[in-house]
Amino acid sequence: MIMQVRMIAMLAMAGAGWGAEIPRTPDGKPDLSGTYDIATLTPLTRPSSLGERQSLTDAEAKTLADQAKAVAAATNKASDPNRKAPPAGGDGSEGPAGNVGGYNSLWVDIGEGAFKVDGKWRTSILIDPPNGRMPPATAEARRLGAERAKMSRPNRGDAFWITEGISPGPYDDPEMRPTAERCLLSFGSGGGPPMLPVMYNNLKQLVQTKDTLVILNEMVHDARVVRINGEHEPPEIRRWLGDSIGRWEGDTLVVDTTNFNDNPALNGATRNLHVIERFKRIDGKSLLYGFTVEDPTIWTKPWSGEILWPATDQRIFEYACHEGNYSFGGILKGARLLEAEAEKKVKK
Amino acid sequence: MANGKPDFNGIWQAVSSAHFDVERHMARHSLMLRDGPHGPLPAVPVLRLGAVGAVPGGMGVVEGGMIPYKPDAAKLRDENRRDWLDRDPEIKCYLPGVPRATYMPFPFQIVQNQAQFFFAYEYAGAVRDIYFKDPGPAETDSWMGQSVGKWEGDTLVVEVSGFNDQTWFDRAGTHHSSGLKVVERYTYLTPNHVQYEATMTDPAVFTRPWKISLPLYRRMEKDARLMDFKCVEFVEELVFGEHRRKPLPR
Repeated sequence: MIMQVRMIAMLAMAGAGWGAEIPRTPDGKPDLSGTYDIATLTPLTRPSSLGERQSLTDAEAKTLADQAKAVAAATNKASDPNRKAPPAGGDGSEGPAGNVGGYNSLWVDIGEGAFKVDGKWRTSILIDPPNGRMPPATAEARRLGAERAKMSRPNRGDAFWITEGISPGPYDDPEMRPTAERCLLSFGSGGGPPMLPVMYNNLKQLVQTKDTLVILNEMVHDARVVRINGEHEPPEIRRWLGDSIGRWEGDTLVVDTTNFNDNPALNGATRNLHVIERFKRIDGKSLLYGFTVEDPTIWTKPWSGEILWPATDQRIFEYACHEGNYSFGGILKGARLLEAEAEKKVKK
Repeated sequence: MANGKPDFNGIWQAVSSAHFDVERHMARHSLMLRDGPHGPLPAVPVLRLGAVGAVPGGMGVVEGGMIPYKPDAAKLRDENRRDWLDRDPEIKCYLPGVPRATYMPFPFQIVQNQAQFFFAYEYAGAVRDIYFKDPGPAETDSWMGQSVGKWEGDTLVVEVSGFNDQTWFDRAGTHHSSGLKVVERYTYLTPNHVQYEATMTDPAVFTRPWKISLPLYRRMEKDARLMDFKCVEFVEELVFGEHRRKPLPR
């Protein structure tokens, strides 16, 4: 009898420990539904200056936020109406289009600070390997990386592939351009999985039922439908965001994603990518989003990260990317123009 | 549902010829016609599609059979129809708008809980989130509009506004202006059928509001789900192919 009373008391305490504060669905599961803004100044990998340190001091976190604020204020300044035109072909620097002008802070939304987990400011999203950096790449990944590097140069407004005799060139066909330029996926790994913060449009919406979790990514309106307690699709079926199935492990929803096509959103990953995500309600206002990435073609070991997902009242507006993708035709046409110029030079 | 509302969760699809032409119509040679010596014939660019390019007939989903276009708007509709390949936003994989998204020949999924009501459409990965708290007039025009929902008994009523003027109602040139307002009603007929109604109001284009109605069917397959249909990839050659370094035959 006494033992029973003790057990009930222990269960009650455990219950209070894990969940008295979190919203729950009618069937008792943690309710993950809501809209979240995952913008953060905490980078994916730990800056080497921070060595093995997993957390920032309050003062360092404040400095990081102040620096971001200062950059935003500087780029937000009104342009000087009397400034001179940039030099023909850009100023020679390595920014967009030779830095004739690009995004100012109106366009950029990378958050206002680092995020905290368990009361500590994180130095990186990556937590495993413990040094906060990517595990070593495979030989195959190094080979693929070298191929890509061959095709990529700072934009100096010239068709380097003609002058250097590289064929095919990086702008020969639409299919050779990044999926974001083509409006197929968010840039970065915004829609993921894993879902990582990007330069802007960092909102995620979760809609949860007992057998489904929809994860709407703001950029390119990708809605990933997770089948809770479902089984993976046969290997012939491949998806842009992979095939996601979920299961509850206690109060954590674990989402397992495989069956990617040849172009996953995650930089460098292949169709062998396997991502495990963990969605955990911390309180009424935030989730802790954890993930583990495996792709034996690219990385010698799995790697894992965590990001805080704070809820937001902001609304998600339509991101009709393809419908307004006038740039993509311009990118290809521009390449044809640069090629014609370069070919003239080569002939001379 | 635990909140006493009907549970619309599931994969749904319309079965009708409305995606070809919402109006009452007989079968015809093609979506794009030219004059022939003995009546209309398929236009040259769609000729080789043969019977696959023909339009099946339908009693129409518009109440009364026809859309009450104003004379100028009817003229534009006819021009759109003649120039279908260049003008139908579906050809270029643009977002379909409402109500067209509902009766395209693709399934869509409703994901509904105590507080949220979300539509994911297979075609072009279009989505709609239904607001139950009216945020006021849409802050910007969009392809899918802004949807505000309320319950009238067991019927979900969704008012959709804030459209741009780029979407059509079908493949037959039926257009509207950015002043379009759509009121949709979703009502269960049986556990696996939902009656869908939509009333269109757009005084710049129509002489009066008009209504469509058709049933939506629950997809009964055990493995029913939305597949990827990111058609952006499928129209890249059409939209950008001419800018390849070595253009393919077109």
